[in-house]
Amino acid sequence: MSHTPDPSHLPDHDSVYDGLLGGDDSQWAFGTDFEDPLAGVDTTVPDGVDTHELATYCLMLADDALVMSHRLSQWCSNAPDLEEDIALANIALDLLGQARLLLARAAAADPSVVPALPAGSPVPPEDALAFFRGDREFRNVRLVETDNGDFAVTIARLLLFSTWRLALLQRLAASRDHVLSAVAIKGVKEMTYHRDYAGRWFLTLARGTEESRRRLIAGLEATWPLRAELFTTHPVELAVAGSGVGVDPSTVADEVDVLLEQVFSMSGVDRPDIAPLAGVRGETGRDGLHTEAFSRLLAEMQVVARAHPMGSW
Amino acid sequence: MTLAPEADESELRAVFEATIERHDRIEPRDWMPEAYRKTVIRQVAQHAHSEIIGMQPEGNWITRAPSLRRKAILLAKVQDEAGHGLYLYSACETLGVSRLELTEMLINGKQKYSSIFNYPTLSYADVGTIGWLVDGAAICNQVPLCRTSYGPYGRSMIRICKEESFHQRQGYELLATMMRGTDEQREMVQESVNRFWWPALMMFGPPDDDSPNTAQSMAWGIKRNTNDDLRQRMVDMTVPQAKALGVTLPDPELRWNEERQSHDFGSPDWDEFKDVITGNGPCNTQRIAHRRRAHEDGAWVREAAMAFAARGAEA
Repeated sequence: MSHTPDPSHLPDHDSVYDGLLGGDDSQWAFGTDFEDPLAGVDTTVPDGVDTHELATYCLMLADDALVMSHRLSQWCSNAPDLEEDIALANIALDLLGQARLLLARAAAADPSVVPALPAGSPVPPEDALAFFRGDREFRNVRLVETDNGDFAVTIARLLLFSTWRLALLQRLAASRDHVLSAVAIKGVKEMTYHRDYAGRWFLTLARGTEESRRRLIAGLEATWPLRAELFTTHPVELAVAGSGVGVDPSTVADEVDVLLEQVFSMSGVDRPDIAPLAGVRGETGRDGLHTEAFSRLLAEMQVVARAHPMGSW
Repeated sequence: MTLAPEADESELRAVFEATIERHDRIEPRDWMPEAYRKTVIRQVAQHAHSEIIGMQPEGNWITRAPSLRRKAILLAKVQDEAGHGLYLYSACETLGVSRLELTEMLINGKQKYSSIFNYPTLSYADVGTIGWLVDGAAICNQVPLCRTSYGPYGRSMIRICKEESFHQRQGYELLATMMRGTDEQREMVQESVNRFWWPALMMFGPPDDDSPNTAQSMAWGIKRNTNDDLRQRMVDMTVPQAKALGVTLPDPELRWNEERQSHDFGSPDWDEFKDVITGNGPCNTQRIAHRRRAHEDGAWVREAAMAFAARGAEA
């Protein structure tokens, strides 16, 4: 028999209703109005850095996170078990948080990147960037935008993405831009968990059943052609690396490769020998050239926001 | 507490009854009447299923949330619901039934979930209305359950109620923000409240004179208030909130009764309620099909995890 206190003496939780009508804003966990996510942070662009290049670079990193988050959030209520539903939502939330800060940084560095909205629109810059740009203005790599496929495809993609982004953010922590540096330091902790999660599931599926192994290898082969793009340096990335605020992705290729080799060897999976996906006239995701899946993704993501350019949410 | 094997059932029953009498908790290893066990399983499973099915109508809007802040709030909220389902299935497992069995009973229609989730979510305002009215009604139902007699259930409910009240405030705050927005947004909120008001009141279950399980559940301390009591409390609580928000509640009979110090209100459409609980609501088939698909599509992943764990145990 339990020895908990007589439950009739427990505090009366009916009181949760109290204060719903109070005029005191402190009751709201998120505040009642939009606040500048970079409030109180020094957003001065370091000397010698081109503001448009910095903003464009921030959009690249932001769009990778935003679009990957969108795909992961589609697992919500669809995952193989409740624990996975919760974990994938967590990862999606982390990336959404990174995207918001990076979009705000892009807007602060160069307001000209923010799409124009009707005069008096209350839509904040991060939302103007997320919901009012067209597909050609998004700078994310194509890896993050293709359909989720099954759980194996999702895990293979998450492994490729998180090993790469973790390596990038580890270096970005030393950025001369204080905002990017702070975002990277926070992101490193998050990406470490994402990589660990993806790595553990990669191993589990590879060594689980015949079916899971077959699906995992198919998932890896489906995502592999999109991997080369992650390490291809765009001129903007080269420029921001040169001015000490960004990272040239080609410089993390070896390190990421060693890590993947470890996962592959533990899993008994061969490194795929598949050619990279070509671009169009030399353009790929970083240039705003995307897959067919992407404009459909954006149409869904942007539909409500675009219907209410004067709306407050 | 351990009892000698020869302790006969009447002694065990006396101990059980005394525990209930003192408003103390029944714990998993305690003796309990079979009917009590079954009733608790039925109620906790139904609650767990409601959390899991409830992820769908709101999850429907995650990819279309109109601001990144709202997207983060909504995704975190739906994730909380998965967490609630997790605690509640665990509480149910202490009574000797597995999550897998419970899930199968859900998708085979042998156990129910809250009828409210058989209504569609048709605009982003529904995310706010569900938080305000549906989570509000759920809290009315659930707060008394923090003191329910079955220990693991009561303790889960304390945490769940805290999170639900947070969700309710987030929902209300979304609606309040939209009401300060454009005319179209205000219309969207009113239209949503019009659709959800009666279904929210139906969440308390049938009227007391048509609620066959209430008396026994109250005697056992599993349930602590009647359906009609809770419904009245919900109406009284909501009227001033609606006024502050600037929306009307779609009930021409709704008015303050000075004598009762309470609101009089109309009667929900109990025929529609019966339709919805017997499987003919707007989304019953869709919700179960979604859950079944996710469960079946995930089978190979769960099997892989089991096989991998078993191999690790051998090594």
